[in-house]
Amino acid sequence: MWHDLGLALLRIVIVFAVALFFVAYLTYLERKIIGHMQVRMGPMRVGPHGLLQPIADGLKLFFKEDIVPTEAYRLTFYFAPILCLVCALVLFAIIPVDKNFMITRLNIGLLYVLSIASVGVMGIILAGWSSGSKYSLLGGLRSAAQMFSYEIFLGFSLIGPLMIAGSLDLVKIVEAQKVPLIVYQPVAFVIYLIAALGEINRVPFDLPEAESELVAGFHTEYSGMKFAYFFLAEYANMLIVSAIATIVFLAGWKGPVLPGWLWFLIKMSIFVFFFIWVRATFPRYRYDQFMGIGWKIMLPLVLANIVVTGIVMMLV
Amino acid sequence: MSWTQFFFYVFAGLSLLCALMVVTRRNAVHSAIFLIITFFFMAAVFVILKAELLAAVQVLVYAGGVVSLMLYVIMLVKAEEASQVKQNLGQIAIAAFIALLLALQVGSIVYLYFAQKPAGKAAVEALKYGGNTEGIGALLYTKYLFPFEVASVLLLAAMVGAIVLAKNRLER
Repeated sequence: MWHDLGLALLRIVIVFAVALFFVAYLTYLERKIIGHMQVRMGPMRVGPHGLLQPIADGLKLFFKEDIVPTEAYRLTFYFAPILCLVCALVLFAIIPVDKNFMITRLNIGLLYVLSIASVGVMGIILAGWSSGSKYSLLGGLRSAAQMFSYEIFLGFSLIGPLMIAGSLDLVKIVEAQKVPLIVYQPVAFVIYLIAALGEINRVPFDLPEAESELVAGFHTEYSGMKFAYFFLAEYANMLIVSAIATIVFLAGWKGPVLPGWLWFLIKMSIFVFFFIWVRATFPRYRYDQFMGIGWKIMLPLVLANIVVTGIVMMLV
Repeated sequence: MSWTQFFFYVFAGLSLLCALMVVTRRNAVHSAIFLIITFFFMAAVFVILKAELLAAVQVLVYAGGVVSLMLYVIMLVKAEEASQVKQNLGQIAIAAFIALLLALQVGSIVYLYFAQKPAGKAAVEALKYGGNTEGIGALLYTKYLFPFEVASVLLLAAMVGAIVLAKNRLER
């Protein structure tokens, strides 16, 4: 029993250390890639090519003064960023990086991801409400409406692939794919990517924190470590969304020659790069346009995809 | 007492405690937060009972969906106004009747337990289908198809009703 417990702890430590390292350096990567896309250098001062920048940023945020507005509801104000970060980090527990390397295996894996992610939204809503500021409240309301809508499309876009894979268990989903599911489910794949952008609040769908209208949206009043929690949660969510896309659509760790975990990381970084690339390319949508796209175009498409998948599966 | 039992009592007790907090908090947002926590502990109890699907659906639909929608509305009410809302709406008779029904239900389960009669075999039965998701899916679309459809039509009717009510108020 102690042997198993030790092994489990070791896995947890490894996964979380690697995940947090990735999250920290994702901020560096994003600034560097966008910088080069806009013919700038990006961070260059701290260390060679700015490589120590994330560490400097972390230290700075850690030592900053922690300001709580007088209008804020204190307890909720402290609770919201923690809820956000915890909901993002516990999702790493079931990501199968390789055939045998994951913290735990759940037979409802994908549903677990969706349900925990839906609770993570609550952190943002509560942050917006508890700040006691109009900008924050508007940001919180926007993110609430946005995330409800996009969660639905995200969940529905995964139903098509699930019908083919025949399981909610992430390991079984990967094992069921002789050919990556993107070949059979291109529509679901595109809708998943768009919905994912909405779900993780990134440009062109970063309406909850639209800086030109709402200062910084739901985290306007946050500073210091609490702000860093939101930041980390956002990037951790980006990694999770990429990992799920890799598992469901690109056959996870499967691939020739190279070891499984390396394939997994390569495929995952393709998605991460895509999300950063999108940020450098597209302007922000207007709010009503954004909701219109969701309910009027994406929902019918994704329902049609489920029906067509079902009919084809009946015939074949 | 085994570990499973120990954790069952811990989670059940905490969920009861949080449920009590839901009805006693004056600030509606705090009530909603405690409601979320209650759903989480109930999901933990479902996991202990080997009903993982129910646990996930509980969190996804209730904690993630229903309570967020409630929060969405509550957030717009100012805290000072919210604390002046009348807490007693003179519905004691109806509330007492519903509470009585609930008490009878709980009583029947307690009776079945002490009479050594099997109170529920759902989780064990589900294992026959090779898992929770498959088990619930198979039962829902074969044996319980009619009640399932009735429930969905009822929800649709409720949705149409809500839209009609909201529309009326907008046009006035």
